[in-house]
Amino acid sequence: MEANNPYRRGLHRWSILLACCTLLLVVAGGLVTSRDAGLSVPDWPLSYGKLMPPMEGGILYEHGHRMVATTVGLFTIVSMIWILRTERRRWLRWLGVAALVAVIAQGVLGGMTVLFLLPWWISTSHACLAQLFFSTTVAIALFTSDWWLAGPETIHEDERHPIRGLSLLAPVSVLGQLALGAAARHKAIGTIFHISFSPVVTGVILWVSLRILLHYPRHRELRRGAVTLLGITFCQVFLGIAAYMTRIAYADAVQPMPLMVTFTVIHVAVGALTMAASVALAILVRRNVPAISSGFAGARAVAAG
Amino acid sequence: MWENQYLKRLLAAPLLFLAACGTGSQPKPEAAAVQNLPAAHVDPATAGSITGRITFAGTPPAMPVIDFSSNPQCERAHKTPWKAETVVVNPNGTLSNVFVWIKDGLPPARWDAPSEPAHLDQNGCIYEPHVLGIMEGQPLEILNSDPVNHNVHAESKVNAAWNESQPPRAEHKFKRFDSAEVLFPVTCSVHPWMKSYIGVSPHPFFAVTGAEGTFTLKGVPPGTYTVEAVHEKYGRKEGKLTLEAGGKATIDFAYGS
Ligand SMILES: [Cu+2]
Repeated sequence: MEANNPYRRGLHRWSILLACCTLLLVVAGGLVTSRDAGLSVPDWPLSYGKLMPPMEGGILYEHGHRMVATTVGLFTIVSMIWILRTERRRWLRWLGVAALVAVIAQGVLGGMTVLFLLPWWISTSHACLAQLFFSTTVAIALFTSDWWLAGPETIHEDERHPIRGLSLLAPVSVLGQLALGAAARHKAIGTIFHISFSPVVTGVILWVSLRILLHYPRHRELRRGAVTLLGITFCQVFLGIAAYMTRIAYADAVQPMPLMVTFTVIHVAVGALTMAASVALAILVRRNVPAISSGFAGARAVAAG
Repeated sequence: MWENQYLKRLLAAPLLFLAACGTGSQPKPEAAAVQNLPAAHVDPATAGSITGRITFAGTPPAMPVIDFSSNPQCERAHKTPWKAETVVVNPNGTLSNVFVWIKDGLPPARWDAPSEPAHLDQNGCIYEPHVLGIMEGQPLEILNSDPVNHNVHAESKVNAAWNESQPPRAEHKFKRFDSAEVLFPVTCSVHPWMKSYIGVSPHPFFAVTGAEGTFTLKGVPPGTYTVEAVHEKYGRKEGKLTLEAGGKATIDFAYGS
């Protein structure tokens, strides 16, 4: 099925562009929160009743975020049309549609959080959906690449060191950690939960990555995926510590301090990368390590018979 | 001014539906009850006054100088460094910006709010005053004396919170708070250092300390009262006193670092 779907360089490059713009959008959104600028433009979808308000103070961040978001929204529409017109893979066509639905829902959540004065649960949902959307754009870029279309390089699952199920644990725990971080950022819970959960997530990532590096070392894609996830997580832990230290150092500040904003926003962006890398690794594992279902199914069928 | 109320309701409808399913409708608090109370009456012959001082012991914390650079027009409005007003200790060792009010002890009555408005100005990207006392139902007139856009966000919890923009040279904004609420922040997200506090009192016996650190509550009927002092950083303190007919009562509060 995938073999007869031709590689389209344009679509693949466009998908990469969309993922890069989305990462930029995550940065822009993180800046809004860290600069306390979320309510600097009280109206939505217009800004001060205009398409282009004066970009002063916090308005620069809030309206800038809206502008980048609009661009990403338009790019996602182009992506979906492109995918629907050229793709034969049904599930990828659905993923294209899902991406557009997600980005529209994200825009509405963003508007709602402004109109309802940043209730923590809308702001936190907005932050989590952002992460899911970014991972979706990365996955689309992966699925449209030529090496994906060249087909998998299958490897047998080592029964003593299974990886298929475990690979899913990483993105799930990273998403949980992102949700805790977002909830802390929007003052629903203390930062302590995000901090306490970080060894758990780091542990899961280490477990998955090391299992691949130790037991599936000859598979190039899996090895690369695991090393990438490990590298990003390593940076992320240090960024988290730095972000927390600046927060403590500036506890009495009466306005957002540049160093705190910088570390926190980079931490948010690298969080998005961690999520995307864990999703990509899970996708690679599920694609290259087929389920040993045929054997089991046969065995079961025999037993049942 | 540009609040899209229609859009907000449209988005709120499904949420309110969910909320209604979850909790059932809740009756509106007290507001109606206050309307039914008898009008308050103070006999000038027996009214007295309550005075006091708010002292501050210890070393006052150093206040950071505000960095206005994210909006150059705000920066230009300040020739000299402007410090945050979170803690303002006067040269005489008293504390400024403390909201003082009679928290308890007045007979239940409906006090009429003055018709002249209280004022909150945005000047040099700073709120004036830093702490404002206002009566329930009294108009609040909000001015923008700056050449820049502000948003005004009343972060009230008892009264409905709101957030509205106020461009330069815009018409003054008029607001009212219908329930007592002692001390909530008013903030601007265009200029994240901008923060002031409003205390809404159900009666006219409240004051905010200034450069002398003193307060006077005048025309108070005789009685036994709980007086409360509230500071944005150092919190609440209260004390009891009895005011004789036509008398003067004193109560001081001591804060410290
Ligand atoms: Cu402002």
